[in-house]
Amino acid sequence: MPLALLKHGLFGRFQTPKRQIPAPRPLAKSYDVVIIGGGGHGLAAAYYLAKNYGIRKVAVLDKGYIGGGNTARNTAIIRANYLTPEGVLFYKESMELWETLSQDLDFNIMYSQRGHFTLAHTDAAIRTMRWRAEVNKQLGVQSEVIGLDEIAKIEPTLNLSRDVRYPILGALWHPVGSTARHDAVAWGYAQRAAEMGVEIHQLTDVTGFEITGNRITGVKTNRGDIACGKVLQAVAGNTSVVSAMAGLRLPIRTVPLQACVSQPLKRFLDTIIVSGSLHCYIWQSQRGELVMGGAVDPYPLYGTRSTLDFKEGLQAHILELFPFLAEVRMMRQWAGMADMTPDFAPVMGKTHLDNYYIDAGWGTWGFKATPVCGKRMAECVATDVTPELISTFVWDRFSRFDQLGEAGAASVGH
Amino acid sequence: MKIMNCPLNGPRNISEFAYGGDVRPIPADDAEPKAWADYLYMKSNQPGIAVEWWIHVPTSYWFMAERDLRTDEILATYPPKLPATGTAS
Repeated sequence: MPLALLKHGLFGRFQTPKRQIPAPRPLAKSYDVVIIGGGGHGLAAAYYLAKNYGIRKVAVLDKGYIGGGNTARNTAIIRANYLTPEGVLFYKESMELWETLSQDLDFNIMYSQRGHFTLAHTDAAIRTMRWRAEVNKQLGVQSEVIGLDEIAKIEPTLNLSRDVRYPILGALWHPVGSTARHDAVAWGYAQRAAEMGVEIHQLTDVTGFEITGNRITGVKTNRGDIACGKVLQAVAGNTSVVSAMAGLRLPIRTVPLQACVSQPLKRFLDTIIVSGSLHCYIWQSQRGELVMGGAVDPYPLYGTRSTLDFKEGLQAHILELFPFLAEVRMMRQWAGMADMTPDFAPVMGKTHLDNYYIDAGWGTWGFKATPVCGKRMAECVATDVTPELISTFVWDRFSRFDQLGEAGAASVGH
Repeated sequence: MKIMNCPLNGPRNISEFAYGGDVRPIPADDAEPKAWADYLYMKSNQPGIAVEWWIHVPTSYWFMAERDLRTDEILATYPPKLPATGTAS
């Protein structure tokens, strides 16, 4: 390396590093599949369409830049300890994909298995956790209700004192809970998809659809119109805006979800700590920053502003868990626009139009589903059959009063 | 803190209020289940000005508010106009 450096320095014969994403080019006249939304979900779907089904004439359109929306705004937590069998099986598959994703993509997504606690502060929470643990174990997901002794062994810095407003009574322990570098997930999928021929068009805003009969035949954008075989939409936050162009009303509200990080600290926290009752969660990133967040804002908004009220409420609870953080400063704050559904489960699969597919309703829990969503939505688009694994997430379940009760495990359970 | 003007109690902190959903017409008693499902769950959810139900929690007073969903600006608040005939948003 030093010799090569010297040689290149003296003679200037260096190779320009390869672009991760090919340079922008004009839109083609038509594509087999147009994917709206260049976040993790859309890019993963493009990757699996090309890799698993050989469908390479695919365009991913994003009105901003790739991975610039909720992919960059989530708090990067991955787990599979949901409540309903449908949810557990779905995230279990996602977890399996996560575990080998760096190798599969040959791109370091910094996947880090660190263990995940969901704290219980009430008897009712303990009961739900036992239920969750049993459902999880039955389906092969590691999950256990543990007491204070065991919590103290795994996470000795956590405040287990009874001298707080909501003392900790126990926890649901999920040893395979993990984190990953969220931007890298988008970049990795984008790079590998582009290598297989997928076109990624950033700064390309979809403004409408050409609908003939029961099909979308064209997509209108600020850079010209394109014909399309099929359309997949994965634009969390703006889901209702795009779906309205296709004449579809959804059970979704757009609500901001806020988060923040502290200044970097010496490593003290190995696990991910979540408290549903206190509406907060915290983990320490590889840079030493504490990543913290809570529940969504109390009312809908198409915006990503941060509020002091949220920080005050959040930090009051965080300080019950880790009182010694009282003097630590907060470094960054941000928000993302989350698609909230009434039953805290997503909206996925086929829609009212024959060639229009949707991946939406991801609320506050979409990041951890990125690989499985990409894989299963690619299957749905390629085969035109809704995979069994996501069939319960169909958009019109509400008109049949057939909701999925995932709120108990998803509301703040990032 | 953000301030909302309650038609009954005057300007108060936003934390004293709770959001109650869009103002929209209630289906007839004998409407089809599908109409009720649509009323309960389906949302237009467009970025624009919405007419919403809000409650001032300490006094349990329900009222209507017009709010811009793009900027979070509260444009007007007033006592409920019944029957609710706004458009879903």
